[in-house]
Parts: sequence; structure tokens; C-alpha cells
Amino acid sequence: MLLSYFETLRRYGVPVTLGEFLDLLEALKTSTVFADREKFYFLSRTILVKDEKHFDKFDRAIDAFFNGLESMDGMLEALIPDDWIRDAFQKELTQEELDKLQSFESLEELIEQFKERLAEQEKRHQGGNKWIGTGGTSPFGNNGFHPEGIRVGGEGKHQKGVKVWEKREFKNLDGDTALGTRNIQVALRRLRKFARSGAEDQLDLDDTISSTAKNAGLLDIKMVPERHNAVKVLIFFDIGGSMDYHITACQQLFSAVRTEFKHLEFFYFHNCIYESVWKDNIRRRQESTPLVEVLNKYSQDYKVIVVGDAAMSPYEIMSDGGSVEHWNEESGEVWMRRLLAGYQRFAWINPIAESEWHYAQSTRMMSDIFDGNMFPMTVNGLEACMAHLAR
Amino acid sequence: MTTFSSTKEYIASDDLSMAVNAAMALEKPLLIKGEPGTGKTMLAEQVAEAAGMELVQWHIKSTTKAHQGLYEYDAVSRLRDSQLGDNKVADVGNYIKKGKLWEAFSAEKRVVLLIDEIDKADIEFPNDLLQELDRMEFFVYETGETIKAINRPVIIITSNNEKELPDAFLRRCFFHFISFPDRQTMKSIVDVHYPAIQKTLVDQALEVFFELRELPGLKKRPSTSELIDWLKLLMSDDIPDDILTQRDQSTAIPPLYGALLKNEQDVQMLERLAFMHRRETSR
Repeated sequence: MLLSYFETLRRYGVPVTLGEFLDLLEALKTSTVFADREKFYFLSRTILVKDEKHFDKFDRAIDAFFNGLESMDGMLEALIPDDWIRDAFQKELTQEELDKLQSFESLEELIEQFKERLAEQEKRHQGGNKWIGTGGTSPFGNNGFHPEGIRVGGEGKHQKGVKVWEKREFKNLDGDTALGTRNIQVALRRLRKFARSGAEDQLDLDDTISSTAKNAGLLDIKMVPERHNAVKVLIFFDIGGSMDYHITACQQLFSAVRTEFKHLEFFYFHNCIYESVWKDNIRRRQESTPLVEVLNKYSQDYKVIVVGDAAMSPYEIMSDGGSVEHWNEESGEVWMRRLLAGYQRFAWINPIAESEWHYAQSTRMMSDIFDGNMFPMTVNGLEACMAHLAR
Repeated sequence: MTTFSSTKEYIASDDLSMAVNAAMALEKPLLIKGEPGTGKTMLAEQVAEAAGMELVQWHIKSTTKAHQGLYEYDAVSRLRDSQLGDNKVADVGNYIKKGKLWEAFSAEKRVVLLIDEIDKADIEFPNDLLQELDRMEFFVYETGETIKAINRPVIIITSNNEKELPDAFLRRCFFHFISFPDRQTMKSIVDVHYPAIQKTLVDQALEVFFELRELPGLKKRPSTSELIDWLKLLMSDDIPDDILTQRDQSTAIPPLYGALLKNEQDVQMLERLAFMHRRETSR
């Protein structure tokens, strides 16, 4: 009963467990929700979804469940056999695009063609105009020139397709990858500044013993304030473009960081921070936050961490209008310095190996702007970074 | 079994009533999240009142420990008493102070237990309460007794989202997110609080209010409770009817804004915006 509902939710990435599913069945048995879609929706949301960040996934899943739209996913899986290509393929399509494509019935055709060629093709292919491979003009493949093609796997070279899917490339980071990040977590713990502030609620045994002794044996209790974590952090993530190679590493750091602090706010930027940053990568074109607002909103006791490779053209830092994405009135350096002037502690974490930093001029420039506080993304680098921030 | 819905004093949306009723029926804790001022704490009071149950409130602070909700063993007074030769010392029970959970578990009739602002506490706090909330029982080491709930209380937990709550904890709760009310709901909320208020005043005030909420970059956007306070002030001050409508640019700041904006930077920002606006229009 309702098993396919459960499966649909799981497939859409809503983290439901068997226990919660059983709760839902129990609730359906006892309460009056019967043949009422809306009530069923509310009830199952209450029981199955435990965080508002999953509401969107849940909505999409339930929509798919009621409309049978989820067959799309199944189709992709059935039609495209090769795992890595399927992954890449799906990654490039947003949900809306999937929906749209389905209504035109063109995707099926495209996939059919794709499959045919994949079957015809026997070995790695590069160039040419028909085979799936790299650098050709076929509608399938990578680094190609066909303007309406589907890019499969890998990084795009020419950003000119009808759909470069670039907006999708800027994937939102989420904190799902907590496993395997123990070592980073260990380093981040350094940042918990165990400030001795707060209520007097811990027995100071040594002091109690000595003062009781001095008090001729009459008990004299001494308390010390218990430590608690009062560290507040602002993190800026470089996302998209040259940063994609490091996105996984970045995600790990991000998920590790999440539970560690009193306040943690994160923003995204691209290459260099200019007049605005954004919180939601999918809607960045609509909803960006002016940097001035960030400076105004978060007080100067926040610690600022920028995560990025700092690999870009030097003009993106130095010159007015140097940004690759828009016309910036003032140079990246001005904005960077403005940001750093607002906070007492800041650091840059660079996922690229330290030995390679000197190849890029921009990396050195950025390191200078940060007063040399650029750290590699290794456990040791992080430890040094946290020690610097907590000082 | 009583079911919960909007009361005389509290407007509950359909999904919220559904969540409350499901949690009551299945005897699971209900976790409520939402912007500050959207009536999370009020909900528990209203549920208690509607169901005719007693309300036990446990307000969490950053220094609150999970065991304080169960019981506290006052070893220090016992030690002191032993030095003074008090007879009370023989019975450990004299030095055990019951916590809110104990109180709720041992109540004769089913009660509503409010655990308010659970996100204020240490990150380990929710984990320390897993067993207690799940099985509704706990063990007192000092006396060796097990306290088991006579009637499983209706547990309502609120969070302002300052910290992530652990998954294991979330799995044991039902969850509801109170989203910010739309205009229509807001109107009915105002009606519930001030039935006699003039309709025009409400309309204009709501307009100003929602405009203010739209303003980007406010540290604390005004919420329902601020609106209610502000209306109360507007009414008690006998503000002339037209003051809200004839907002010419020199008075772009709403009257009595202190009730809406709680932060001096926000007020400054609003003043600056008003100034800029004035300059633009006078050009």
C-alpha cells in the first residue's frame, strides 16, 4: 500500500525513512483523511518532511506522483544504458526543461537518436560531425559547435549552445555529504572558541577543595562559567566556471561546517566578489544580495571565510568592468577590500594545491589582498586557517 | 478526541490544524518552525486551551541542559546538610528537583508540554532527549525509579532555525513550518485581535506593513506580532484617519514606526531611503 508513493519520494531525494512511512500509514488508519488529496498532502508533509528545505523536492515528488510525471526519470534510465553518460545527461537538464521537453516529445526522439549512435559507435571518438565524442559538430558530445546539441559529460568549451545549461551548472550546494568529512570537522573544531562566558554553572573542583580547606572544612563551592560556542561565520563560495573541479571538495567542507557554529551564513559568488553576492544559486539572476547589505547586516565579530580557487584573469581583480559576467563599476579589489575592512578576521581557503598557486597571477594578488591569509584545503591548511581565525 | 482548529483568538491554517491533530492522534512530538513572531508559542497555549488541558512550559536557554527537564539532583545542599547533621540527608529523594518533563509525565490528566525555542540550546540537547521523547519514560539513577508517562503529553516544540537539529531527533517528530501569512490571513488575524477596528485603518496599515516587509536588507522584518502591537498603538493614539494614506515624501516613514522596526540600523536605513526618495522626486 502506497509503496510507490514512498519510492517516488525517495527517488526525488526527499529523505524519508521506513519509520516515518509507517507513521503515515498509522495516521491514515486513525484519522479522517480519506479521498482528499489536499489533506493527504498536508498530512504526509507533516509526517514525512522534517525541514522546509525539502519542501520543494516534496512538492515536485507529490506532483509527479499524482500526475504520473515521474515516468520521465524511468525513461531516461531505461533508454540510456551507460551510467556515466546518463548521469551527465540528467545533470544537464533541469526539471522544467524535462517537463518542457516532454511536452514537445522531442526528448524521446533525441534520446532515441542518441542511443542509436551510441550503439553504432564502438570506440572513443573525437572531432567529426556525427559520432558522440569530443570536439565535433554532432548534436551530441562535448566541446562541440552544434548550437542546439546536448552536451554530454565534461566541461563545455564553447558557451554557445541554445542550452548551455549553464544556469544548472551553478548547482546549489547542500549539506548532504556529512559522511567522510570527519577529518575536516576535526580541523573546524579549532574554530569553536571556547570562550569562558555565560552562566556560572560548572563546579570548579580544584578551587572548591582549596577554598573549603581554607574555610576550616566548611564547604565553600566555587563555580566557573561553562564554555560555549559563540563563533559566528560568514562563508563565501566561488561557484561555477573554473571552480567546478573543486565543487565536491567544497561541498564536503560546507557540510562539515554547518553544525559547528552559532551562526553560519553563506553566500555564493563567481570568481571575485563584486557589488552583489547571492544565496540561492538557481535564482541568482532574480535574487542577489548587495554586498553593502551584507556588511550592514552582519556585525564585525563575524569571521569571514572565502572558499575559491582565485584562478581568474588579473583584470577581474584589477580593473573596473573586468568581471566576466557583468559590467562592474568598481574593480574587484575595491569590493574585496571593502568586505575585509568590515570584519576583523578573514581567511581565504583555496582548494588548489599550494604548490600550484604561483602559476596564477590572480592567486598571488588575492593572497596579497587577504594579507597573505590564504590556506590550502587540506586538514593541516584548515587547522592553520582556524587557528588564524580564532586568534 | 477533540480536534484542533482556529479559535476565537488564534487563526490556524488548514495545514497547521492538520499537523496538530495528527501529532495529537499519534502521540508524537510536533516541531514547529517559522519566522519569529508568527505565533509558534501561542499555538501551544491555544492547543491547551482548546483541548482543555493544562500547559507545561519549558523555555530553553543557551545554558539549558537536557537533564534539567527530567530532574536535578542537588548534591551541594545534601553535602551542606550532612555537615550540619540534618535528618533530611538520609533520603535522597529530598534533594531531587523535578523538571518539566517529569511534571508533564506524572500529571494525572493529559497535558500539553511546550518546549520553547529548542534551537537556543547546545547542539547536543535534542540528542539527549531522544529516548525520553520517544518512549516517554526515563530513569532516575539516584533513587533507582523509572518515571513513565501516565498519559503521553501533547508535546509541541518550537524552533527559530538558529541551529540545525539532528536527523535522529527530527525522525521522531512531526514537522510543520508556519509560513508568513498572506494578506487575507493577516486580515483575519487582525479581526480576531481587534474586532472593532475601522476597516480603512486596517487596509492602510496592512499596505504600509507589507511594503515595509518587502524592503530589502532589514535586519529584522516586522512580523505578525509587531503588526498587532503597531495597530494597538495607532488605535490608542487616535491617529487621524488620513495619516497613513497621505504619505507625502516628507513623512515617508510610517507613524509610530518604533513598534514595527526594532533595530536602529533598520530605522536609519528607512530614513536614508526616504531621504533618497525625496531627493529623486524633487529633482
